[in-house]
Amino acid sequence: MTETSAKTVPAAATGALGRINPIKLLLKGRAFFALVAIIIVFSLLSPNYFTVSNFLIMSSHVAIYGILAIGMLLVILNGGIDLSVGSILALCGVVAGALMQGVVLEPLGVILFPPVWAVVVLTCVLGALIGAVNGVLIAWFKVPAFVTTLGVMYVARGIALLLTNGLTYNNLAGRPELGNTGFDWLGFNRLFGVPISVIVLAVIALLAGLILSRSSFGRWLYASGGNERAAELSGVPVNFVKITVYTISGALSAVAGLVLSSQLTSAGPTAGTTYELTAIAAVVIGGAALTGGRGTVRGTMLGAFVIGFLSDGLVIIGVSSYWQTVFTGAVIVLAVLMNTIQYGVRRAR
Amino acid sequence: MSGAQGQQEIRSDVVLAARNIAKSYSGIQALKGVNFDIRRGQVTTLFGENGAGKSTLMKILSGVVQPTSGEILLDGKPIVFSSTTDARNHGISIIHQELSLAPNLSVRDNIFMGREIIGPMGVDFAEEERQVRELLKELEEDIDPLTPVEELRLGQQQIVEIARALSVDSRILIMDEPTSALSAAEVEVLFRVIRDLTARGVSIVYISHHLEEALQITDHAVVLRDGSMTASAPRSEIDLAWVVRNMVGENYELGSPPSGYDFGPVVLSVRNLVVPDPAGGGYNVVDHMSLDVRAGEIVCIYGLMGAGRTELLETIAGRLAATSGEIVLDGKEVSHLSIGERIARGLALVPEDRQRDGLVQTMSVGQNLSLASIMEFTRGIFTSLKLERALIDKSIRDVTVKTDGPDAAIGSLSGGNQQKVVIGKMLATDPKVILLDEPSRGIDIGAKAEVFRILAARAVAGQAVVYTTSELNECLSIAHRIIIMRRGRIAAEFGSDVAKEDIMAASGEAEAA
Repeated sequence: MTETSAKTVPAAATGALGRINPIKLLLKGRAFFALVAIIIVFSLLSPNYFTVSNFLIMSSHVAIYGILAIGMLLVILNGGIDLSVGSILALCGVVAGALMQGVVLEPLGVILFPPVWAVVVLTCVLGALIGAVNGVLIAWFKVPAFVTTLGVMYVARGIALLLTNGLTYNNLAGRPELGNTGFDWLGFNRLFGVPISVIVLAVIALLAGLILSRSSFGRWLYASGGNERAAELSGVPVNFVKITVYTISGALSAVAGLVLSSQLTSAGPTAGTTYELTAIAAVVIGGAALTGGRGTVRGTMLGAFVIGFLSDGLVIIGVSSYWQTVFTGAVIVLAVLMNTIQYGVRRAR
Repeated sequence: MSGAQGQQEIRSDVVLAARNIAKSYSGIQALKGVNFDIRRGQVTTLFGENGAGKSTLMKILSGVVQPTSGEILLDGKPIVFSSTTDARNHGISIIHQELSLAPNLSVRDNIFMGREIIGPMGVDFAEEERQVRELLKELEEDIDPLTPVEELRLGQQQIVEIARALSVDSRILIMDEPTSALSAAEVEVLFRVIRDLTARGVSIVYISHHLEEALQITDHAVVLRDGSMTASAPRSEIDLAWVVRNMVGENYELGSPPSGYDFGPVVLSVRNLVVPDPAGGGYNVVDHMSLDVRAGEIVCIYGLMGAGRTELLETIAGRLAATSGEIVLDGKEVSHLSIGERIARGLALVPEDRQRDGLVQTMSVGQNLSLASIMEFTRGIFTSLKLERALIDKSIRDVTVKTDGPDAAIGSLSGGNQQKVVIGKMLATDPKVILLDEPSRGIDIGAKAEVFRILAARAVAGQAVVYTTSELNECLSIAHRIIIMRRGRIAAEFGSDVAKEDIMAASGEAEAA
């Protein structure tokens, strides 16, 4: 029942080596054991699964969910939810696509082709702004997070469709003579053999982990998610924390949108549909409590890899995509059930 | 267990008897082996201070919670109430201290909630309405049965709550603070109704903080203190002084005002503070209050529930907004500052409800202790684990928290130690003024004495201490000055040598003899 922090676990374990409760251990490291089990099962079923190249490909798929899931983790730690990430991803992807096609300035009679770095920055700012709108509505105007982000989910998706008239931007490669090439770098290039998207995910995860465990902002976030009233009375700027996490979630959705459109070399308004649910699932499988205050980046990353490796594995062994949906759903329910077992016991009434 | 023996002791006029009832909530003993008899056709009044265990005992007798040990005898036979419905089927109903009405439903629907009268065409609303009209007529209250409860004023809502309890033909009716929001005329009607009920053989258990009022209706008085029964006697043998003596007790010591030093300058000055009811009641919970506190001084604010103590402290700390008035800390106006900025300037509040407002249950003991001083151990962007550890270790020593270590879960501590964590968290910010709202709520005597010892030491060190309480003994302990609050205003101000009866008279608990 008492949950000791990671530091004290080894000490306690060696002290009571004979009395380690295997069920408790399984429960604590469930996301990790699930991932190991998935890798073992699929490696046995398919010779192509356990290869470096396959792991790298699967990881680059995971990158998209993973980046969204980190933003979602921050929001869920705060005790909220962000349903708009999939739509923000699509809108930002479409805007990036439009910028790559060139911005027509009618009165001047010129077409502006911003360089790729400017496209990336503008897109991230847009995502952050939409996230900030979520945050302000929730923190200042006290609109429930579920409703706010549900509304923004529709609005962002609608704007994406309006901008493109429902069509998809296909040519994102840019032209050398215009100096705006390199958009595919994010999705296709590799650094030391590792896809850039995976490196982006790793950097974001590392930063988020540091912020959560070692910065005052991280402590504010855990405190305001665990008990907002107590945090407020202890001087934590709870509204600032709230607006910030939604802003970060929006910005990370934009990053995910860039990675996705770069991987596909196209930007469509229907991209990222239901990705918010995948991100929530990753966070929940990673052991975070939807009530806020509990959860780690490590867990969320494991959750994202569990989902990604499971669905890719099913594809590799040739299981119908309909079954994938069934399996993913079952894993999510199982994960929440385990969370309830781990956290629910102490809530004795 | 003394079950068999207890059975023989019971006299014929006892309908319901509790034997050796004990109840503990997560480490805190709320009841320690209480014996309690309810007599047929009599009003048994239960006296006791906040946290004495009155409400817990009533919840056990009405099936809301189960006792940890002990047994309940109904008509001399052991019985277990698994739920309130179960207890109601045995003829026991309760009027809760906190209203348990659905505000969106009408008076009629509330009164028949969960036991609607079913006719051939579904719910028989006409019959329900007729019965409600009859009930309300008996209570001399002119309320239309179809009014939504949220449109009634608090006192009327309490009447509805009473009407609901009366609508069940109970043998035993438990009333937990039924008059807290009633006018004098309404109380008179209620007492007449109670007399009618007892004449019909219904047994009443009555709980109230208004001692004199309660004595008017009492047939038999029982006094609880710290989870144990301290006295029990029929009305003819007792008076107000007897109740006060047994409620408060005389044989334990919570310290005395620290002396041997001079107070410093005024550090906290509140001027004409007005705070509207946060629930939107349309009146002022703090009504043009002014208060000066000097460095090194300990001030106790005493008052009944609803006197405005909590709202006063929360406004000074920055949780609630005042409509007018000034809050001056150390010579500077702080009304426009956030809670965090006020903490940084040296104003700390230890809230009343530690579970709701004090502790973050998902964090460890250490993280809770360091929560209000995070910036103290932040260097650049990152927190320093070493500095944090030093701060936590110092806090644990300062307020003597008994814990397995800073990493222990906060829920593993006893109530007293949890309270010390909340106090330690705010003391770690090194405040100039410490505000504590009911710092002794729900903790045992030993921990209480320790908390007061810590506060006295802080005052000697030059910090100003303001605490509220609804227990007389705590008023007459370390405080240099005692302020009595009543309906948002200062009703009286006393030195540390005041008599208990004077405090009770000023707070409205008892009329001056």
